[in-house]
Amino acid sequence: MAILSEDDCRALMKKALSYSKADECEININGADTANIRYARNSVSTSGSISQTSMAISSAFGKKLGIVTTNEYDDASLEKAVKLSEELARLAPENPEYMPFLGPQTYSERNPKLFDKKTYEMTPKQRTDMVGQSLQVAKDNKLTAAGFLQSQGNFNALMNSHGLFAYNAASDISFSITMRTQDSLGSGYAIKDYEDFNDMDTLKLSTVAAKKAASSIGVKAIEPGKYTVILEPAAGIVLLEQLYGGLDARSADEGRSFLSKAGGGTKLGEKMVDERVNIYSDPLDPRLPNSVWAGDGQPLKKINWIEKGVIKNLFYSRYWAEKKGVKPIPYSGPVIMDGGDASLEDLIKGTEKGILVTRLWYIRPVDPQTLLYTGLTRDGTFYIENGQIKFPIKNFRFNESPVIMLNNLEALGKSERTVSDESNQSCLIPPMKIKEFTFTSLSDAV
Amino acid sequence: MGSPINRHGAILQGADVALKKKMADVALNAARSKGATYTDVRIGRYLNQYVVTREDKVQNIVDTESYGMGIRVIANGAWGFAATDRLDNDSIAKAAQMAVAIAKENSRLQSEPVQLVPQKGQGEVSWKTPIEKNGFDVPIKDKTDLLLSVNAAAMKGGANYVNSIIFLVNEQKYFASTDGSYIDQDIHRIWPVFSVTKIDQKTGKFETRQSLSAPRGMGYEYLIPRESDKIHGQTTLYRDRYDMLEDATLAGPQAAEKMKAKSVEAGKYDLVLDPSHLWLTIHESVGHPSELDRVLGYEANYAGTSFLTLDKWKSGNFKFGSPNVNIVADKQQPGSLGAVGYDDEGVESKKWDIIKDGVLVNYQAIRDQAHIIGLKESQGCCYADSWSDVQFQRMPNISLQPGKTPLVPADMIKNVAKGIYIIGDSSFSIDQQRYNFQFSGQLYYEIKEGKIVGMLNDVAYQANTQEFWNSCAAVCDKSDYRLGGSFFDGKGQPGQVSAVSHGSATSLFKGVNVINTARKI
Repeated sequence: MAILSEDDCRALMKKALSYSKADECEININGADTANIRYARNSVSTSGSISQTSMAISSAFGKKLGIVTTNEYDDASLEKAVKLSEELARLAPENPEYMPFLGPQTYSERNPKLFDKKTYEMTPKQRTDMVGQSLQVAKDNKLTAAGFLQSQGNFNALMNSHGLFAYNAASDISFSITMRTQDSLGSGYAIKDYEDFNDMDTLKLSTVAAKKAASSIGVKAIEPGKYTVILEPAAGIVLLEQLYGGLDARSADEGRSFLSKAGGGTKLGEKMVDERVNIYSDPLDPRLPNSVWAGDGQPLKKINWIEKGVIKNLFYSRYWAEKKGVKPIPYSGPVIMDGGDASLEDLIKGTEKGILVTRLWYIRPVDPQTLLYTGLTRDGTFYIENGQIKFPIKNFRFNESPVIMLNNLEALGKSERTVSDESNQSCLIPPMKIKEFTFTSLSDAV
Repeated sequence: MGSPINRHGAILQGADVALKKKMADVALNAARSKGATYTDVRIGRYLNQYVVTREDKVQNIVDTESYGMGIRVIANGAWGFAATDRLDNDSIAKAAQMAVAIAKENSRLQSEPVQLVPQKGQGEVSWKTPIEKNGFDVPIKDKTDLLLSVNAAAMKGGANYVNSIIFLVNEQKYFASTDGSYIDQDIHRIWPVFSVTKIDQKTGKFETRQSLSAPRGMGYEYLIPRESDKIHGQTTLYRDRYDMLEDATLAGPQAAEKMKAKSVEAGKYDLVLDPSHLWLTIHESVGHPSELDRVLGYEANYAGTSFLTLDKWKSGNFKFGSPNVNIVADKQQPGSLGAVGYDDEGVESKKWDIIKDGVLVNYQAIRDQAHIIGLKESQGCCYADSWSDVQFQRMPNISLQPGKTPLVPADMIKNVAKGIYIIGDSSFSIDQQRYNFQFSGQLYYEIKEGKIVGMLNDVAYQANTQEFWNSCAAVCDKSDYRLGGSFFDGKGQPGQVSAVSHGSATSLFKGVNVINTARKI
């Protein structure tokens, strides 16, 4: 099924709602046309085209809720799915935390940068041509390429029995590339994600990865310990997003968050990290467009999460906000972090001794009390001395908290688009120079 | 509130199969007419149910269903794939044509044509997970009652918060291929899980204790406790039946004890690892590096490659571990998450050695890789997590075989001078070639001179895979053998999950590096 238009969504959702006998009913439909090419060993491996949609029907009687999802939309299937959600709701015990669905909302105009029709309509040939450029870089440099290119158009719509309606459509193209030397002793990586395929330069990114791979041969092992690091944006985001994802008011109020304080209360309003740290979300920012409404229909606008190192806002669910007598703050869009004017090269030049990190991998929580995470460097780790990259080094395991990391900030570069390869979430963040970053052991992996 | 929920897909089995065969033939014929030299079709109806609670509240009851078709072809020697949720004949034919068009386009970038190892057609066959009680047929009230009583038990035991969930999965999969296979499978999985949190508001400290259940390829019978399936020790551990209420009752006081436990002194310790913990170490450090697609470089851009390179396997003497280490791949193991009749390429399920007496002897392969390691047939490791995703090599159940000499954990501990007994899984991380890993658990007990002297906290161990498995000094006997597993093992681009079990008995590892994870912010 192609992406449903706003009118098609309205018609289908109205039909589903017409079968409802519940006190309240809310319909969400989303879908995507996605096509990808995956390649490895300098040859295409798997690729495909996937067209799919899914409808979620939430029915409520009083504070009793049942949810059913389906992807069959003929009249009989829709009626059956609505009835099933009502049956589930009747069987459910009352949930005292249940919040009624929202009424009609006022949203900002959709960000025009969010949907590019030509990206959505890319042909198999356009994708193979882009991958062909990447493979040519591997061939020219006698390297082995493994990469993934995906283009997509998607939509999401929400309608409920109180008259709320919201619609969003987006396009996306993502590309990641790993170049390895034929002896497997060097590896380099690059990743980007955009809404418009004209922004995606697979040749340039493949060249960056190729250069890193070739420069990675002949690693030296240096002792684990505390080092000044420069985290490229693709490396920094996988730790930053753990901090952002943890900005939840309820867990902080309940005393089970790094934001909880001894004796009760939270660190909302307190300075927690370096004063140069400003983190916010803004769906209308042309550099990182996003939907203007949240999954439950609440409007999304620009909001500051951390301002000059102070925790300015936390996520409040509608239930928790009501309980606490504050306004709900929905989980918002992707992370934007302010940077400076310095390029990555400038940061390197200004470093007496340090380590340049291309990518961090396999990030897992170790201690939620301190937001301690572990993971490893990967695909391009270099020693810097007197403002120059001196030699490649063996990869490290780290154990570090993004809270400690942002207190040890030395410098920020210029913010740029990147994407987390842990969450696949796009972001706009600077390269970060951090002192005393904790590496705890060496890894033999290349 | 006493009746089960019947999804329409589950009650039309007989008629459904005939209809699916017709739809599959439309796809097979359409692809062939456009020039495909091989085609397989998967028609899937995927049902999930989640019952989600916290403390005394039922937060969510969710039923999900997804129905559609994935068509994979070889044309001009290259793979192509297309998936659709529109299942009229015209849409199916169009998807098949799209798969062929993509394959032909891909062949421009192909360095060598796909080689499939031969597979005989299975004819019209079926397979079903041998469940005793279908979880989807169990009344919702039974599930909410169980979870709310679990939560109440945890709160009574001193927990401040508790979350609990029952996940149910039913994959109704129909596979057809130009080899002449028409395979109907009905696969069930279940995972009951909880987490309790204990808070000391005065100090601002908090601790959690997760359930010691395992996700299983079973029906609701897994949740019907049976005394013969319990192992009583520091806490109660479970074989093939889980007593969720008992585990929650124990969890509250254990979370409180963790909060007061001594912070570990970093250094070398002998580790006694319970199967509820060791499964994840097996998964990450044995399961993933022995995946042939990783060894060959197909996962280089995401999940990574492997240190178990072909030269090590070809040498025939690569000492992966000590002679105590015998690791078997098994797609037939009853009650396991990976048990199926046939994989997603129509290959019947099998069992084979990966590590024999400590030596690497085999990998995990699918049809287009088998020739690379000289196999005459696929090992049946192909899987897709949905009709909408292309199938690729996924891990079978990978399990450490129990020791042949009688040995139980209590006797194993008696021979440890300085050690830590670890129960339950927690944090896990490993590098992209599977050398360096770090793991944590739920419960840590300090062992001194053969005796457990108290609980520890802030424990994580870091090791190199080969050194770790060569330090395996003993494995308990089959009376202690249990399955752990993952419901959501991630791999591939776009990402897919698969469910896989790992069995083991409690095992002893000598001189492993333990770090202290306490920090101040």
